[in-house]
Amino acid sequence: MRAVVHALAGLALSSAACAAAVPVRSDPNAGEALYSRCLACHALAYDRTGPRHCGLFGRAAGSVKGFAYSDAMKHSKLVWSEKTLDRFIADPLKAVPGTAMGYAGIKDPKERADLIAYLRRAGRSPECAEAAGGAAKNK
Amino acid sequence: MSFLTLSDDLITPNGRRSFLGNSGLLLSGAAVALLAGEEALAAKGGNSTESDVRVLNSALGAELEAIAAYQLGAESGLLQKPVLDLAVTFQGHHKEHADVLAKTIAKLGGKAVSAKDKYTFPTDKLKTQADVLRFAASLEKGAVSAYLGAVPVFGNRDLAKAAASILGDEAMHWAILRNALGETPVPSAFMS
Repeated sequence: MRAVVHALAGLALSSAACAAAVPVRSDPNAGEALYSRCLACHALAYDRTGPRHCGLFGRAAGSVKGFAYSDAMKHSKLVWSEKTLDRFIADPLKAVPGTAMGYAGIKDPKERADLIAYLRRAGRSPECAEAAGGAAKNK
Repeated sequence: MSFLTLSDDLITPNGRRSFLGNSGLLLSGAAVALLAGEEALAAKGGNSTESDVRVLNSALGAELEAIAAYQLGAESGLLQKPVLDLAVTFQGHHKEHADVLAKTIAKLGGKAVSAKDKYTFPTDKLKTQADVLRFAASLEKGAVSAYLGAVPVFGNRDLAKAAASILGDEAMHWAILRNALGETPVPSAFMS
């Protein structure tokens, strides 16, 4: 009987592992709607209470020039990618204790994937291209 | 224009003055609820206080920006009465929120952020009254989500309650702005 229980437990764990390995299919259009949640503090092309999102992917956390980050974010050593964003958005205060982003997080993996897909797409938008052009001119 | 019709619906039967007065009463209630807990907040202290101050300061920063955004809208020349009056009233609410947040941060031993000298707004996209209303609605919707995300992370439940009170006010702003735009004022049963 004990062997059966162990076998079932092993099967359950394998299933869970398989489920976790299946990538979440993301929808940037759904992510655009979700982005409305961010609009109290963020914008794509300019800094607000939170930093801009254009140029986010590949950027070191806490590195937008002129933005007043928390010490925690400045020293987080994070570089923004799908993976780090997913972890941060799920629970900002746990991912970077001391962050100024006092937000409980988005717990649904699909919603996070959609939002990240939108941010990825928005980074290639004319708005972000224009913002990047303006930033280059100001250098 | 649909917003005029809908705004009239909102204003009647007691008239605009009464509507504005009642809104003020709601906000005063929120402020009282927060301030009433101040001494208890200060006395509790603890590890979560620093985190709470950070959350409050982020909220304050957003409120100060909202005040500036409504000022921009009011001075744009694009808003007509009674929409202009609504915008000024909502700006007054944000001023009340900011005032209470700043005082609470100070009570907790923190340093409240100040308004920026200059804010960036998408002025090139604000050409009509509807543009201004849509922009304001997007900020209010964002504020609802931000407060909703902040409520569970406060270490102090009194602060969570106060944030929820402000959240309710932001949600009313959002609904009325949507109504003014001719959109369904309350598009869903839940906010996120």
